[in-house]
Amino acid sequence: MSAVFEQIFQVGFLAAIIRIATPLAFATLGEMFSERAGVLNLGIEGIMLLSAMAGFTATSLSGSLWLGVLIAVLTGALMGAMHALFTVALGLSQHVCGIGVTLFSSGLAYFLYRLIFGQQSVPPSIKGFQPVPIPLLSDIPILGPAVFNQFTLVYLAIIAIPLAAFVLYRTPWGLSVRMVGENPRAADSAGVSVIATRFQAVILGGALMGLAGAFLTMAQFNAFTFGVVSGRGWVAIALVVFGRWDPWRSAGAALLFAFVDALQLRMQASGLGHIPYEAFLMLPFIFTIIAMAVMSRNAVAPSALLKPFRREER
Amino acid sequence: MFRLEARSSTPAWFNLALPLLAIAVALVLCSGLIAVAGAGVIDAYGVMFSASLGDSYAITETLVRAAPMIFTGLAVAIAFRAKFWNIGAEGQLLAGAVASCAIGAIPMPGYLAMLLMALAGAAAGALVALVPATLRVKFKVDDVVSSLLLNSVIYYALMALIEGPWKDSFSGYPISPPIEDSANFPVLIEGTRLHLGVVVALIAAPLCWFLIARTTLGFRIRVTGENPEAARYGGINVQRVLLSTALLSGALAGLAGVGEVGGVHFQVMSDISPGYGYSGIVVAMLARLNPLGVVPAAIFLAAVMTGAEAMSRATGVPAFLSDVIQGTALLTMLVALLFTAYRIRRVGATA
Repeated sequence: MSAVFEQIFQVGFLAAIIRIATPLAFATLGEMFSERAGVLNLGIEGIMLLSAMAGFTATSLSGSLWLGVLIAVLTGALMGAMHALFTVALGLSQHVCGIGVTLFSSGLAYFLYRLIFGQQSVPPSIKGFQPVPIPLLSDIPILGPAVFNQFTLVYLAIIAIPLAAFVLYRTPWGLSVRMVGENPRAADSAGVSVIATRFQAVILGGALMGLAGAFLTMAQFNAFTFGVVSGRGWVAIALVVFGRWDPWRSAGAALLFAFVDALQLRMQASGLGHIPYEAFLMLPFIFTIIAMAVMSRNAVAPSALLKPFRREER
Repeated sequence: MFRLEARSSTPAWFNLALPLLAIAVALVLCSGLIAVAGAGVIDAYGVMFSASLGDSYAITETLVRAAPMIFTGLAVAIAFRAKFWNIGAEGQLLAGAVASCAIGAIPMPGYLAMLLMALAGAAAGALVALVPATLRVKFKVDDVVSSLLLNSVIYYALMALIEGPWKDSFSGYPISPPIEDSANFPVLIEGTRLHLGVVVALIAAPLCWFLIARTTLGFRIRVTGENPEAARYGGINVQRVLLSTALLSGALAGLAGVGEVGGVHFQVMSDISPGYGYSGIVVAMLARLNPLGVVPAAIFLAAVMTGAEAMSRATGVPAFLSDVIQGTALLTMLVALLFTAYRIRRVGATA
């Protein structure tokens, strides 16, 4: 037992949790903004993949990491706009459109990647982001090196959580988002454009999903593979439910998932018996399903989630 | 001026016209990618067509490809009819493949083996589908998310099996041991891969149509999907209907895996399904959730897949074009469905 305890409080383990949680935090916040405005975005898995590919390609061709991040964010925003076009402007089924966006974006990512880089036995890689220690803070024992000696994108995620909470709860735009997600009819009467607000929220969500994708190929793996997202998008959707559509709780859910994921990685590395590592890869997904089952009973989704808004229909 | 007007019913020819329109628009949109890849659009699509539907051998290959997507398409169509959002056909297919492969490896008379493989595969798929349905009915867990997450669980479970206890000791690769030769599905036309499972898939479609359109369970499934309140009011146990739908849907997806093991691969490997479960969603939507429409829709997607590989070899355009076409066709089909709800009418211009 004490051996397990020691492992958990190793600096490397804590740092791993933070690194795993970062793309999930971006993705979860992105999905949360979209859903708070009433739009489920199942395109998240594909949007993350396409952004990851686009960012990686831009960096690989230009040599600039931040240009890559920018391209990834723009790609995510663009795909968000596409999802909003189908679900908000045309009012089509959010479930099926989301799957369509995921299939389309993943297909496009595979296609363009193969077109640009050809078939190579070893996937091309880039020199990704390097950890940037924050003076003084990184000297704090344990916490310092784990949290304050990280990639810039990690700090960005740490800032993004309170920022998202502030935007959602303390700004007029955040109020509009919550209104169009809870009671679009009332929002419309109050002079809030339901369509415009939903578009903005889904696009912002897409941009955050793009950041998540950028982190995967430009900080975590420094290469693009077809399995680079491998279900993280679906997990983010579950984490939004688990986090009850709240930025703080969603981020907390991302940390909890990251803890389980880091734990299974440790278990893989420790080579428990002769168990194939794939058996451990299942664990975070099973954990997420169970967590959803525990949480969903009292989870209250935004009232207008999944419901398209048409002004003339009463 | 034009305006959109609500429409109460749609003419029957829409069932054919809308998917054709959606497919045509998708192919036009995706031709941009062929051009970007530096190939001739007509050439590329020409190769795709001739390699998938151009001669009788190509047609049999396309049918072999279509079979699993007929099953997953039926699985999704029936589930979506009840508004049970089963996005888990991929995992259910894999579960069916594993179960049928385990049975097929046991020595026994061929036809008994095939029958038991089908039963085991269907049961495994049904059990997997029961998880998201139960979670929804008992715990209010969103079925989309749970069925998606379950796909990952099943995939890693399969990988763990073939990397671990089930690894083929003979080849040393991460693949399962092969099934018995006697359990291989009979080939129907000498010199092709057209196997018995393809015929079963083609028969399954009208059976599913009959079930949905003409039986009490089918009626309950439709009412539950269209108006759960009315269903409840009419004395239908909606929860039980959802669970039955899940069992049926999962069993169909499981059969997709059975066909791949018994008729194509004869063992289980990590890439036994190139996303047939997700393609099933595209198939079902193109078919407008009609089981009879699933067959042509699955054949279309199969033709795109087989054709894309030949096109890639001939023109250098990445075969992943077929994935883009699938996604695009799903989206254009959804937009085309707007024509079923609305009509465009000219107003105010008559004066």
